[in-house]
Amino acid sequence: MEGGFLAQAFVYLAAAVLAVPVAQRLGLGSVLGYLLAGVAIGPFGLRLAGDAEAALHVAEFGVVMMLFLVGLELQPARLWALRGPVLGAGGLQVGLTAAAVAGIGLLLGFDWHMAVAAGLILAMSSTAIALQILTERGLLRTAGGETAFAVLLFQDVAVIPILTVLPLLALAPAAGEAAAQAHAHGWIDTLPPWGQALAVAGAVTGVVVGGRLLTRPAFRLIAGTQLREIFTASALLLVVGITLLMQAVGLSPALGAFLAGVVLADSEFRHELEGDIEPFKGLLLGLFFLSVGAGIDFAQVAAAPLAVAGLVLLLVAVKAAVLVGMGLAARRPRPEILLTAMLLSQGGEFAFVLLAFAVQNGVLPQAEAGLMVSVVALSMATTPLLMLAYGRLAERLSAHDLPPEPDAIEPQGSVVIAGFGRFGQIVGRLLLAHGHAVTVLDHDMETIESLRRFGFRVFYGDASRLDLLQAAGAAEAAVIVVATDAPETTDRIVGTARRHFPQAQVLARARDRSHAYALTEAGAHLVVRETFGSALETGVEALRRLGLPAYEAERAGRLFRRHDLRTMQRLAPMRGDDTRYSLAVREASAQLLRVLERDRERARRATDEGWDTAGLVAEARQRADRHEAVASDAAGSAPGGDGREPEP
Amino acid sequence: MPQRILVLFAHPAYRRSRANAALRDVARQVEGVTLHDLYDAYPDFLIDVEQEQALLLRHDVIVFQHPIYWYSCPAILKEWQDLVLEHGFAYGHAGTALAGKSMLSAVTAGGTETAYGPEGLNRHGLADFLRPFEATARLCRMRWLEPFFVHGTHLLDADALARQAAAYRRRLEALRDAATAALPEEG
Repeated sequence: MEGGFLAQAFVYLAAAVLAVPVAQRLGLGSVLGYLLAGVAIGPFGLRLAGDAEAALHVAEFGVVMMLFLVGLELQPARLWALRGPVLGAGGLQVGLTAAAVAGIGLLLGFDWHMAVAAGLILAMSSTAIALQILTERGLLRTAGGETAFAVLLFQDVAVIPILTVLPLLALAPAAGEAAAQAHAHGWIDTLPPWGQALAVAGAVTGVVVGGRLLTRPAFRLIAGTQLREIFTASALLLVVGITLLMQAVGLSPALGAFLAGVVLADSEFRHELEGDIEPFKGLLLGLFFLSVGAGIDFAQVAAAPLAVAGLVLLLVAVKAAVLVGMGLAARRPRPEILLTAMLLSQGGEFAFVLLAFAVQNGVLPQAEAGLMVSVVALSMATTPLLMLAYGRLAERLSAHDLPPEPDAIEPQGSVVIAGFGRFGQIVGRLLLAHGHAVTVLDHDMETIESLRRFGFRVFYGDASRLDLLQAAGAAEAAVIVVATDAPETTDRIVGTARRHFPQAQVLARARDRSHAYALTEAGAHLVVRETFGSALETGVEALRRLGLPAYEAERAGRLFRRHDLRTMQRLAPMRGDDTRYSLAVREASAQLLRVLERDRERARRATDEGWDTAGLVAEARQRADRHEAVASDAAGSAPGGDGREPEP
Repeated sequence: MPQRILVLFAHPAYRRSRANAALRDVARQVEGVTLHDLYDAYPDFLIDVEQEQALLLRHDVIVFQHPIYWYSCPAILKEWQDLVLEHGFAYGHAGTALAGKSMLSAVTAGGTETAYGPEGLNRHGLADFLRPFEATARLCRMRWLEPFFVHGTHLLDADALARQAAAYRRRLEALRDAATAALPEEG
């Protein structure tokens, strides 16, 4: 069934919609679901998919977007903080795996050029699969998850030097040139070598400088129009534009996108961009897994099933063994070693790109490259299965193991503040001054502009959007402060936060008493009426100026506050019933009078007369009469003086 | 009938104190003990007198658990005494609400037993520094129990700390399980 574009879209979407939820329900995870759906619609299944290779080509754009998003996550500062694990674990993994694979290649009798090329290509793991699984299982913040992320990051960056080195490994330069000629697709190939180098350098500089200087004002302008779809369109335009530019100069589009992401990572638009690109990335990555599934050449597999199966197992075993060795050498807890080893044991999507590149440059013959594509694709299918086993194995291991090290948790709980106007800023300043990681969302360009100048991390965006909250880290936040001005917006954000981020304490700003009730019902953990605190402070100051001593005025204010909060709680259930409610309010204000009166009375007694009233003196005398010996001791300290020791 | 024990715990930053954190855990775990963390309940020092008095009435043994600060208790426990032990409630002609109950001081001190000896830096023993509490108990017509001391908290290793915690647990359990009459009259 070829059909038009819509028919194809229908086939792919239907396969995804049918297979992925089933796979999820069976505990297989979405990646395996996509892969199986791909096999099902592929040429060796129902033959519904048209040109899977063409689909793969489209879907590779999903990888470009993913790297753009990875770049957005990595401000230069965070990249710097991760340098240890990235260079250490990442460098070791790539180096050792490449060496091991190349060694096996040599043993199998391949030429060393080919063996080294295969080693470098197969050292890559699948960012798409590993990140997807880590996110799905909530393992991204565990020690194992962080190591895996660091290794993947190193691999992503390592693609650049590998792309540079591969052509040098060409078997026959002539073939390479022929291939280059055959694939000549742009004006760049007509340039002399120095011109090409210049073009490449120009393109990279263009992305960096353009990202810094041009995109921000452009996005600012677009954000000012308040048109959401135009912002989305420009985000897509940016990624597509970079892809075209990179292709034109013969560089990896994924890398260009990564670079653009890093450049924009500390811009205020980071989270809005993430939120906009994320759904496209998700769909395209799904398509990517589908087409990998559909593209597995079962004819080739069927021709030598044992050889292919053996190679897949060998690849997975070698990659896992390297990671296990590294983990043992670093004395990590065993469940953690198991996680990284299984998570990174497959071939990566970069392998497809690198394999195509290697064939073009005459480094690998077409047949071997084709075989490796099948092996890599099949190895990707093993990961979800291994992860199924991981759950049980990890349990058994940790039972035997020494007490496991606690997961590396960020030292302080992070905080998301939605709305950074007059209210949110005060909350934010206190938290920042106390050293907490605060992420701030606001949709007012002027606020953001002025605050960024003071060093706040403020991001542009509509905080009532779920994706934006997610991108701001709400899923990991310990506290979410909803400090938006408009009550409807606050209600929406509180609802979203309670539904989707159950781990976070939600503190909300209420317009007034009735809004406070509504927010409590919506599930906010703490509701603060926006003017209550400052009004109370003013009242206390007024009492002082009316002659009340400072300490007493302060106590009166705090008692008022406690009474008011308790009354609010008590009255909450009567809210719908007007008569009962107003009666209860009147009763509560009478009660407040009694509370304050009683406190005044208590203070008066304690400070003025409590200890040496006539009655107390008489009491002491009476007792003294009864115990004469004691009384004669206590005579010197008769009540009076400091008055606090009326000895019995 | 088991004795109902109320532990009034006062430490402004117990997470930074190994000894008090350990003793606090014990108090939290022993069944029949109500742990009342004053700094946690009243970060603003605005003690709710009615509530505190009602809490006292519901218990038979009142424990003051705290570190020794400047030869006395942390500020909030003093504020608590000033406000809660009111004339007419805790002492005075009509103040018999606490009569017959028992009071235990469970205190930790950084100094060693030697430092709290007659030749030591502090010249007096911890029991001497607790005289004001003893007098308070007497004025409120309560039984003053032999205090529970942990000396030299700065030097306690994990084992010693565990032993002290176990001793505290035994003490609380014994108090809980003792019949009222069997409680020692004096320390």
